[in-house]
Amino acid sequence: MRIMIAKVGEWFDRRLQLAAPIREAVEHRVPRNTASWWYVFGSAALTIFILQIVTGILLALIYVPSAGQAWSSLQYLNHDVALGWFIRGMHGWGSNFMVAIVLIHMMQVFLFGAYKFPRELTWIIGVFLLLMTLGMAFSGQVLRFDQDAYWGLGIGASITSRFPVIGPWAVKLLLGGPIIAGATLSRFFTLHVFVIPGLLIGFVGLHVLMVLKLGINEWPMPGRVVRRATYVREYEALTAKDGEPFFPYAIWKDLFFSAVVISAVAACALYFGPFGPTGRPDPTIIQTAPRPDYFFLWLYAVLSLLPPSLETPALIIGPVVVILGLLLLPFLSGEGEKSWKRRPIAVLTVLLIAITLGTFTHLAVSAPWSPHMNSWSGDPIPEKFLRHTTALERQGALVFQVKQCRNCHSLESIGGERGPALDSVAVRLTQDQLIRQVIQGGGNMPAYGKNLSPAETTALVAFLETLHPAGQAPARDASRDAVLRESAEKTSGAQP
Amino acid sequence: MVNETAVSRRGFFTKLGILFNGVVGAALAVPIVQYLFSSVSRGRDGAYRSWVPLGKVSEFPEGETRLATFQNPYTMPTDGKTVDTACWVRRIAGDEFQVFAVNCAHLGCPVRWFPQSGLFMCPCHGGAYYRDGSRASGPPERGLFEYPHKIENGLVTIQAGELPTPGAAIAVLTGEKPPCES
Repeated sequence: MRIMIAKVGEWFDRRLQLAAPIREAVEHRVPRNTASWWYVFGSAALTIFILQIVTGILLALIYVPSAGQAWSSLQYLNHDVALGWFIRGMHGWGSNFMVAIVLIHMMQVFLFGAYKFPRELTWIIGVFLLLMTLGMAFSGQVLRFDQDAYWGLGIGASITSRFPVIGPWAVKLLLGGPIIAGATLSRFFTLHVFVIPGLLIGFVGLHVLMVLKLGINEWPMPGRVVRRATYVREYEALTAKDGEPFFPYAIWKDLFFSAVVISAVAACALYFGPFGPTGRPDPTIIQTAPRPDYFFLWLYAVLSLLPPSLETPALIIGPVVVILGLLLLPFLSGEGEKSWKRRPIAVLTVLLIAITLGTFTHLAVSAPWSPHMNSWSGDPIPEKFLRHTTALERQGALVFQVKQCRNCHSLESIGGERGPALDSVAVRLTQDQLIRQVIQGGGNMPAYGKNLSPAETTALVAFLETLHPAGQAPARDASRDAVLRESAEKTSGAQP
Repeated sequence: MVNETAVSRRGFFTKLGILFNGVVGAALAVPIVQYLFSSVSRGRDGAYRSWVPLGKVSEFPEGETRLATFQNPYTMPTDGKTVDTACWVRRIAGDEFQVFAVNCAHLGCPVRWFPQSGLFMCPCHGGAYYRDGSRASGPPERGLFEYPHKIENGLVTIQAGELPTPGAAIAVLTGEKPPCES
């Protein structure tokens, strides 16, 4: 039997001639200290990419890339195809894991100085791989053709249209027509299923080939400085002296971690299930609050918090600067220290980016800048604010409720966070200031002058003046006291 | 004696072959590029836009703002529900109308009209607009997009057909909104 297999193998290898290069690749010597748990993220990203290809092909058996039917075909996948929900869950969670692991891989490569000579091109191709991964994530969200996808495309089109001169044309190119419709979904399907995966397969192949040809980055030692003139010789000496064949010495950690990651994806798919689809993509249903998937939440927050005048420049120049910075990195610091212990700015940069992205993502989950579109009807004014009030103040509370002030302002933590909480507003603003703020708006508040009658304003301000803690007096205008005292003195002086 | 600069017969034919392929490729590129950009070239000079009726004037009470829907004039067989479009119709008085796109002038999320507070509010980034469409607060740099409209045979008719975005023709047509009057 064995001889038989060997003979068949020989027959094939005589024609394919692949056995020798494959053996050479898997048994190439790597520095012993790279057989580390820190070096498993690249292979894990590749594993997830393969998982995405497999689950993607499985989904394409059922999914229909037509604006009229995509949503229904996803419902069919979720509810009628045996384990269709699980395959959708694997693909959706796989994409989340892929973005996360690619980012972790990139961070590790950066901190370990692996982008330095002679691996500059490996890094540059890695940057393109990151961009393509994000492109897959966004186009995948579009294929889940629901309300979030529809309005997400609207946001994409709005951003595109801001490019000077070419904006309107670029929008039509992006959408495949004048509006988000059938042609839009078809072209995102083409991008998600043919164009980007094809490029990804090619670039991943190059990326892995370069890791094999140039050798894996050695564990960075403080003081072991990279110099173009001597690095290759030093690396060869290191692998010769303190190296081991990649297979089986280092590969077992990669295998373990890949299995753990795939299990985690499957566990998430089983426990949390697939993503959406949310509501039907019907543009006439406008009772919706679109949110991007988690990897773009930070951008959603940035777009809310940037000053309006900075937004277009930031949207157009920002990505160019970031991508150029990443591409130029290996040329700006292609030599020198690799160890993060000697590169404090690198460590701080990673921390700063991680904290910034984390904070923006966290903010985007609660989205305090969005008005609560339903708190006016859902939550009555708490009873405690109405006790011991005059008729005018209660009328003001009614105005407060009817004019939907709580879309943006909260009382007892119920209501929007766009404007400040009003539980103790009377301590902060005097009567005059309250009237001015209500009528003229300002800060981030619209002016209500044209929407409130003088009587309504009087009542509303009377109610707002009751909003102060029991032991704290409401704000008073000191100058008004002075004026009153002065006039009192005048009248008392005139009397005798 | 061999002249080093002389072109050999094979070398000449190789170059000619490359040139021949280049010509064929360039010729083929013309229709491919035309095909790829057809959605752009087709929409030149506002060809995507046309006048669509929203409903009878009497369907829109004076002094109120109502949601109306229409079918986008340019469609494709596979569009499904996506050609149905919503817009906000404000009848000021008599034949005086304003028709706003639902798409926020910031990044295109659907704005909702709140008659009680007299504001259009956006659920995404917190943009708000007054009843005449002018900017009230939040990140938008301008007022709501307005469709050009006219009353024809007792029907409110608007010129629509393209997704209203900050750079799109509809935005250019109506320009900046003056600050809140009404």
